[in-house]
Amino acid sequence: MDGSELITTEGNAPSVIDRYYTRWYRADMKEKPCEDHCILQHSNRICVVTLAETHPILQDGRTIKTINYQISNGCSRLNNKVSGKSKRGGQFLTDFAPLCRITCTDETEYTIYSCIRGRLLEVNENILERPALLLEKPFTEGYIAVILPKFEESKSITENLLSRQEFEAIVSKRNTASSQPS
Amino acid sequence: MLPLTQKDQPIVQKLLSAGCCSRCILRFCCVRVQSAYRRPPQETLKELRTFVSNTENSQDSTEPTEENNKSHNAPGSEAPEEPPSKRTKLESEDEAAAELKDEESNVCVVCLGILQEFCGPAQAAKIAETVKAQNYQFDTLVLSVSLPAQLCVRENSCWLHVKEEIGQKGLTLDKDDVIQVKEAFKWIMQGLVAKELGGVSVVTKSAFEVGVEFTHEATDSDCHFLASVCPDCFKPTKNKQSVFTRMAVIKALEKTSDGRFLKLYPCPPVQPSSSCSLQDIQCLHTSVFVAGRYNKFCRSLPQTPWVIDGERRMESSVEELIAAPILSAFRANGFNFSSSGREDVDVRTLGNGRPFAMEILNPHKSRFNRAEMKQLQETINKSSDKIRVRDLQVVSREAMSRMKEGEEEKTKSYTALIWTQKPIRSEDITFIDDIKELTLDQKTPLRVLHRRALAVRQRVIHSMNTRFLDPHHFYLGLKTQAGTYIKEFVHGDFGRTNPNLCQLLKTDTDILELDVESVDVDWPPAIPE
Repeated sequence: MDGSELITTEGNAPSVIDRYYTRWYRADMKEKPCEDHCILQHSNRICVVTLAETHPILQDGRTIKTINYQISNGCSRLNNKVSGKSKRGGQFLTDFAPLCRITCTDETEYTIYSCIRGRLLEVNENILERPALLLEKPFTEGYIAVILPKFEESKSITENLLSRQEFEAIVSKRNTASSQPS
Repeated sequence: MLPLTQKDQPIVQKLLSAGCCSRCILRFCCVRVQSAYRRPPQETLKELRTFVSNTENSQDSTEPTEENNKSHNAPGSEAPEEPPSKRTKLESEDEAAAELKDEESNVCVVCLGILQEFCGPAQAAKIAETVKAQNYQFDTLVLSVSLPAQLCVRENSCWLHVKEEIGQKGLTLDKDDVIQVKEAFKWIMQGLVAKELGGVSVVTKSAFEVGVEFTHEATDSDCHFLASVCPDCFKPTKNKQSVFTRMAVIKALEKTSDGRFLKLYPCPPVQPSSSCSLQDIQCLHTSVFVAGRYNKFCRSLPQTPWVIDGERRMESSVEELIAAPILSAFRANGFNFSSSGREDVDVRTLGNGRPFAMEILNPHKSRFNRAEMKQLQETINKSSDKIRVRDLQVVSREAMSRMKEGEEEKTKSYTALIWTQKPIRSEDITFIDDIKELTLDQKTPLRVLHRRALAVRQRVIHSMNTRFLDPHHFYLGLKTQAGTYIKEFVHGDFGRTNPNLCQLLKTDTDILELDVESVDVDWPPAIPE
């Protein structure tokens, strides 16, 4: 809603994400250039899957036509239900499990993946009604899904992900590569 | 004189031969006269032998009973049917007494010595000494006994032994009429322990319990055959060292037919070579409950010890700061802390504070008057400036539940320091003051989702007020239904709390500081300063 303004008080307190979450990234998911994902891991091990700021959906003023959590004929992430403290019944996801497919108005289609192993707790149904949330607030209200890694895997699941620093290095390399004449 | 009748004679006879001690014989004769158990066991044994030979003689002998009394006692258990002529073996009464003593020092096949050597003035003195050493404050005590489980097996075996006799004689006697080992032990020991402790009464109900625990490793295997008869009764559990608990053994015995039992276990039981050992004498005072309200003035103090991956995160906690002086005053072993909700580590609790209650485990001192409680409160308050306690008082266990009941219906007041992304003017936020009874749909916050079920909970913000600070900051006062997550209302928790302050103000908002101003629970009662 005010993405263009970018008014912030300089040197203010770190944001909610800065305070409680660690950012992890997966670059060029499934070898598709720039399809970068971001995983926010809370100190309690819960993970929130979002688009990375470099994802093509967020570039070139694209707008979203549809978001579809029905990832195959037999499986919809919308049917996911968990119950109780132990979150029984949630779909168990592996790194390359698709979460949803997003189609932009220019007919480009992107698949968003889990990126980590864990139990699916919820998907963000708000973006079905308001796809613009995904563009306006991709890291907060426009999140894709919430995943709970196994307790014993809560540290190891991020091992093959990129830290923010590593990801930024990759992105700046990409930028220099593309800005150089071929 | 022993309160026995003619019909008891065959039972006494049988039990003497089986190797029962005199007190166990009284038990199986269902003697309910407590004083009979308190007499020295040697004397009782002597009388039992006399009783047996007397009736024997009155039935089929012409010998003078007087003489029989003296002479027919010692070898009784070996050959109870011996003809009277053999009595000449015994030369003097002294010798007879000596042998009697010998007999009595044989470990009883049923009680494994508990009603023998463990039941007398020497043991009472030992128990009293242990109690005195621990320096408890008490007027009365209850004595409890923990017996090895195999005693039930042996008791059953002996009962079947007696039952056979009863069956033959057509007597009506029920297993429930037999005096229990525990009961006999207490009849004998209660008075002795009370005397040793000087003026303390040993009663059946008291806040102070002295537990005496016996074990007998050598006969632990007595129970093992039951596992094959009744495997259902002996399922291993995490906390139990052995599956052969007393309760499990009793249950298994109930399910085992007499015939089956007799096939698998000797009747009467086999003579043990050693008696039980006194494993432990434990003193336990029932919990005392203390309640009050606490303030927390520090933004780096958790309510309870904060441990992640086995590592301590902060050096102290509210409950530890409150508990330390209380535990030392009550000279207690431990505590359980509970409170009307809890605040986050970085949240202060101001105003009248948050109601809390503590169960104080095994207090050695348990009586505190008002002045002493006030003194204790001052000690707590002087010990740290991070917390403060008021209304500290002793309460009943039942009263504690008042704190938890209707917890969700109670209201709480907060003050939050808010940051806004877009600059604001004072008049931009005043509309918030007019919002009343705002119902929120709160999905379980991500920050607690790992330990709480996922749900959407409706919570009500009754009212709010604002105090403008600068273009990016203001104070927000809230009065809410208990259970409302304030931080999530402010930052929205990825849009998972609806509505949230970001939506109301149409800009990103964040919470920088939070104070609890009041927890509106009218318990515990206020104590005037």
